[in-house]
Amino acid sequence: MTAFLAGLEPRIDARHPAWLQALRHAALQWVAEHGFPTARDEAWKYTRVAPILEIPFQLAEPGPRWSAAQVEALVGDYGGPCLVFFNGYFDAGLSELDGLPPGIEVSHLAPQLLADSGALEGLFGHAFQTRPQAFTALNTALAEEGALVRIPAGTTVETPIHLVFLAAAGVAPQVMHTRVLVQMGAGSRATLVESHAGIEGEVYFSNAVSEVVLEADAALEHYKVQNESRAAFHVALLSVRQAEGSAFTGHSWALGAALARQEVRVVLEGPGAQVALNGLYLPRGVQHLDNQTTIEHLAPRCTSRELYKGVVDDRGHGVFDGRIIVRPGAMKTDASQTIKTLLLSATAQANTQPRLEILADDVKCAHGAAVGQLDEQAVFYLRSRGLPEAQARSLLTFAFVSELLERIGPAPLRAHVEQLVTAQLRGLEVAA
Amino acid sequence: MLDIKNLHAGVEGREILRGITLRIEAGEVHAIMGPNGSGKSTLAQVLAGVDTYQVSGQVLYDGQDLLAMTPEERAVAGIFLAFQYPVEIPGVGNLYFLRTALNAVRKQRGLEELDAMDFLELAKERMALVEMDPSFMNRSVNVDFSGGEKKRNEIFQMAILEPRLAILDETDSGLDIDALRTVAAGVNALRSKDRALLVITHYQRLLDYIVPDRVHVMANGRIEQSGDKDLALQLEKHGYGSYEQAAMGPGAKT
Amino acid sequence: MSTDNARIRELSSQAYKYGFVSDLESDAAPRGLNEDVIRLISAKKNEPQWLLDWRLKAFRHWLTMREPSWQNVHYEPIDYQDIIYYSAPKPKTPGPKSLDEVDPQLREMFGKLGISLAEQERLTGVAVDAVVDSVSVATTFKHKLAEVGVIFCSFSEAVQNHPELVRKYLGSVVPYSDNFFATLNSAVFSDGSFCYVPKGVRCPMELSTYFRINAADTGQFERTLIVAEEGAYVSYLEGCTAPMRDNNQLHAAVVELVALDNAQIKYATVQNWYPGDAQGRGGIFNFVTKRGKCAGAHSKISWTQVETGSAITWKYPGVILQGDYSVGEFYSVALTANYQQADTGTKMIHIGRHTRSTILSKGISAGHGQNTYRGLVKIQKGATGARNHTQCDSLLLGSQCGAHTFPYVEVKNPSAQVEHEASTSKISDEQLFYCRQRGIREEDAVPMIVNGFCREVLKELPMEFAVEAQKLLGVSLEGCVG
Repeated sequence: MTAFLAGLEPRIDARHPAWLQALRHAALQWVAEHGFPTARDEAWKYTRVAPILEIPFQLAEPGPRWSAAQVEALVGDYGGPCLVFFNGYFDAGLSELDGLPPGIEVSHLAPQLLADSGALEGLFGHAFQTRPQAFTALNTALAEEGALVRIPAGTTVETPIHLVFLAAAGVAPQVMHTRVLVQMGAGSRATLVESHAGIEGEVYFSNAVSEVVLEADAALEHYKVQNESRAAFHVALLSVRQAEGSAFTGHSWALGAALARQEVRVVLEGPGAQVALNGLYLPRGVQHLDNQTTIEHLAPRCTSRELYKGVVDDRGHGVFDGRIIVRPGAMKTDASQTIKTLLLSATAQANTQPRLEILADDVKCAHGAAVGQLDEQAVFYLRSRGLPEAQARSLLTFAFVSELLERIGPAPLRAHVEQLVTAQLRGLEVAA
Repeated sequence: MLDIKNLHAGVEGREILRGITLRIEAGEVHAIMGPNGSGKSTLAQVLAGVDTYQVSGQVLYDGQDLLAMTPEERAVAGIFLAFQYPVEIPGVGNLYFLRTALNAVRKQRGLEELDAMDFLELAKERMALVEMDPSFMNRSVNVDFSGGEKKRNEIFQMAILEPRLAILDETDSGLDIDALRTVAAGVNALRSKDRALLVITHYQRLLDYIVPDRVHVMANGRIEQSGDKDLALQLEKHGYGSYEQAAMGPGAKT
Repeated sequence: MSTDNARIRELSSQAYKYGFVSDLESDAAPRGLNEDVIRLISAKKNEPQWLLDWRLKAFRHWLTMREPSWQNVHYEPIDYQDIIYYSAPKPKTPGPKSLDEVDPQLREMFGKLGISLAEQERLTGVAVDAVVDSVSVATTFKHKLAEVGVIFCSFSEAVQNHPELVRKYLGSVVPYSDNFFATLNSAVFSDGSFCYVPKGVRCPMELSTYFRINAADTGQFERTLIVAEEGAYVSYLEGCTAPMRDNNQLHAAVVELVALDNAQIKYATVQNWYPGDAQGRGGIFNFVTKRGKCAGAHSKISWTQVETGSAITWKYPGVILQGDYSVGEFYSVALTANYQQADTGTKMIHIGRHTRSTILSKGISAGHGQNTYRGLVKIQKGATGARNHTQCDSLLLGSQCGAHTFPYVEVKNPSAQVEHEASTSKISDEQLFYCRQRGIREEDAVPMIVNGFCREVLKELPMEFAVEAQKLLGVSLEGCVG
C-alpha cells in the first residue's frame, strides 16, 4: 500500500473550481486514513487487492496513437457519436462527434471540469460522498479526463453513444483514472456503450468510475464491454440514480483483465422506476473476475430484475455478490435476481452471494442461484447425434451464455460482443 | 332473507354498483347474468364483505344490517361465497382448514365442535357429493389444484358449511361439461326451502342444470331487467348487446 | 387490510408462559471471569487435570479474541465480568440416588414446564436430561438405555464415568479455538448432556434435554456431545426456557455431534428462551455453536430447529460432510417478533465425495423483529459429485420488521451442483379474506397461515414437539403484529 500511495498527490490544478480542489483533497485524505480494503471487509472477502498494490503504477502518459482500423477491430463501430481515450487522454482525431442532434452534449470532461461553475459538483462527487471506497476515492482525487454526456429533456438519441477507453503500451506499468458522467433529462432516451480494452499482455491499471443520473421517465441502455489485457487490472464503479418512472438497463461483460472488479450500484429513488441488470463473466487462465451489484429500493412500486451468468474455466475464479435492499416504505417492490455459474475445470472456483435485505412488508422478492456444470444428458444427446464431445460441450456452453447475448439491442454491438465471447470461451486472443 | 336496497359501491372514486335493489327469499334461486364488467362479481364481493369498496345503501340479512358485519360474522351467520378465483394457502391442509371453519360456524350456532374423527366422516360423505378425490383432503388449500378442482373444492366447502345464503361467483367458468354437471348436481343436492342461492354467471348453460326461480340481467352496475328462467334463454339467443348500448357508461371491471 | 394488525394487537398479549422464577437455593461462583473461577468450576466438578488444562487453554485463547461484529444484530455491549459463570441449585440431600429423591421444588418447576421427571408418568417414552442453570439435575430412563449400551447422562457424570470417550471426542468438531463464544464456553462450560450410542445400536427411545435458566445474572454455558458409532441411530430433542427478567442473560452453548460410518443423528431444538418484553427489554442472548461431523461414509446428520425465543439468536448449526456419501440436513423455522433479532442459518462443508446437503429455512418477522438467514455452502476440491439444495423463504408480518437473506456459496469442484432459491412475501389480503369468508377470525387465520408456511419444517419434528412448536408459533405472534 505504501508503495502504491507513495508520491500520490491529488491532481490539483489552480484553474479547477474550488469545490473540485476541496473534494480531491478530501478524497485522498480518505484513502490515507482508511487505506485499501482487506479480506476482513465483507465486500472484499473473495478479492485481494494486494496484487494491484504491489505494483508501483505511474500515472499514465499519453501513448502512441493507433489507426482508426486498429481501434475499430478492438472495440467495434456502432455508427454514432464516439469519444476515444488513450491512456486516459482524449484523442480528438479518432473521436467522432459530427451529426449530433442539437442540444445533446457529448464531450470530453477535462475542459468542462476547468470551466465548471458548480453544475458538475453533484454529479462528480456523489459516489465518493455517499459510499466512499478506496478506489472511488482515488478516482475522485485523480481523474481528469473522461466523458460528459447530457441529454436534454424529451430528447431521443437513436444511435449508440460510444465511449472508448484504450490502454497503449507504456515503459512502466501505468494507472489511469477515468470518469464518465451521464445526465439523462426527463423523458429522454439513449444508448451508451463503454468499451475498455488494451494491448494484450500489457500490465496497467484502469480505475474507472461512471456516474449516471436518470430524471423522471428517462430511459438508458448502458453496455459495458470490459476486454482489458489479460495482464491488466480493472476496477470500476457504475453508480446509477433513478427518478420516478425512469428505466435503466445495464449490460456488463467481464472478459479481460488478470483481476477485475466491476461494481454496479443502482438507487431507485423515485416511484415506479425500473432497472434490469444483465451480466456475463468468463474467467479462464488465472483470471479473477469479481462482480458486485447493489440495487436499493427507496421508493414504492419499483421493479428490479437481475440476471448474471458466469462460466469459469482453467484456474479462473468467478465472484458474484449481489445485494437487493428494500428500504422501509418501498412498498409494492418487485425484485428478482438470478445468478448461474458453470464450472468447466477441476481447478475453477466460484463464489456466489445473492443477498436480500428486506425492510418493507408489501414486497415480492426472490432470488435464485445455481452453480453446476453442463447437463450430461444434453452432452450425451448431442454426441448420440454425431457431435464430437468437445464440440457438444462448447455448443452447450455457448447456449448457456446466449441468453445474455440475445438481450443486446444494437445488432452490430451484438455481433461484436458475440465474437469476443466466443473467442474468450475458446481461449483465443482477439488481436488488436 | 336478503333485502338489498339501492346499493352503491365504488373503488377509488369509480362507481361500479349504481343502485342495486334486490330481494331474495329463503328457498329461492336467483341468477344474475350480465356482460363482463357489469358489476356482478363486485356485488358478490360486497355481500361477502370485501373491504376495498366504498359502499352505500342498505342490505338487510334476516333483518340485520349486513354491511355493518365483518366478513367472518357474515360467514358464521350463514353467508357463503364460492370464489371466482379460490385462494391458495400453502401448507394449510384442506381438511384442517375446513374443520376450523366448520367449528367456527358451529360455535355460532351453539353446536359442539366436531373432533377430527367425526369431521372426517362428514367430509367423506360430502366429498362424494361433488365426486372429489379423497386425496384432496390432505393437500394444501387450493395449492396445485387445477381450475376445475378448485371450483369443486368450493362446492365441497359449501356442502360442509351448509350456508343459508350461498353466492356462487362464476362457479361454471373453467369447468368442462362433465365437471359442470357434477358441480351443478352438488349444488342441487343442497337446495332446500331454508336455503337461498345467488348464482352469478356469464353463460346460460349453468342454468340448464341449476334452474333459477328468477333471472336478473346486470349491466353497468344496475339490474336492467328481471324475469323468470326464460329470460336466460333469450339472453343466450340475443346476447348482451342491447343492454350495453342502452347504458353507455364508463366500463367497470368485475 | 390493516385491521388485522389492530385486532391482533387488541388481543390480550398472552404473556411468556414460562416466565416464572422458582425459589431454588443455589450454589454460585463469584461474579466475573478469571483463571480462579475456571479452577473453581473444574474443582467443583472434580475434573481430571487434562480437562482443567483444556479449559485454561481455551480461556487464554479467549483473552486474545474479539467479539464478532459481522452479524446483523445489535445489542448493548456485554460485560463479561458482570456474569456469574457457575450456578447450581443447591442439593438438599447429597446427590439424588433416584428420581424420587430429586428436590420436590425442582420437580414442581419442571412440572410447570410440562416436563415430567417421573418415568411412570411418561407415556411417550422419551428419556429426559433436565439441566437447570448450569447443572444437570435429573436424567430419566438411564437404566433402560444402559441395557442396550446407550450412555445418556449429564456431561459431568460422563467426565467421571467415561473420561476416555469425553477426552476422545470433546472439541473434535468444535475446537476450543473455534469462535469467541465457543471458546468462552470451552473455558467455563458447566454441564450439559452426553450421549453415546455404540456400534449397530438403534436408540430405543427419543432422548431429550430440557434446559432452564433460573438464577439471575447467570450465564448458561452447557455443552452437549453426542457420538453415534458405526450404524447407530439416535434422535435427540432439546427444549429451552428461562424466567422473565429485565436484564439480558447470556447463553453460549456448544453442541458437538459425531456420526461414524452409516450412523445417523437427528437433532431437534425448540428454543423458547425468554425473548424480552414488547419494548425489547430483557431476554436471552443466545450465542450458540452447534456442529456435526459426518466422519464416516454414508452417515447422516439432520438439524431441525424452531427458534421462537431469545432477544438475540446467533446460531448456525452446521455439518462437516467428511465421509463419502454422507448427508447433512438443516430445517429451520425462526420467528422474530417485538424487538427480537435472529441471525441464524447453517454451514454445510462438503469434503467427501458424493456428499449431499439440504437446507430449508423459513423466517417469520413480525413487529420490529429482524430475521436474517446466513448460510454457507462450501464445496471443497475433493468433494466430487457434491450436491446442495437450499431454499429460504421469508414471511413479513407488518411494515416495521425486516427479513434478510445472506447465502454464501463457495465452490471449488466442477462436478458439484449447488442451488439456492429464496423468496420473500407477506400474507396476502386475499388469503386473509378467504379465511374470514369461511368464518375464521383473523387472529386465528394468521397463525394458521404461518403454520402452513412452516409445515415442511415442522413435519421433520417428532409429533409431540411439532404440536408444541405450532402452539409456540401461535403464542409468539399474539399481540406483537404492528
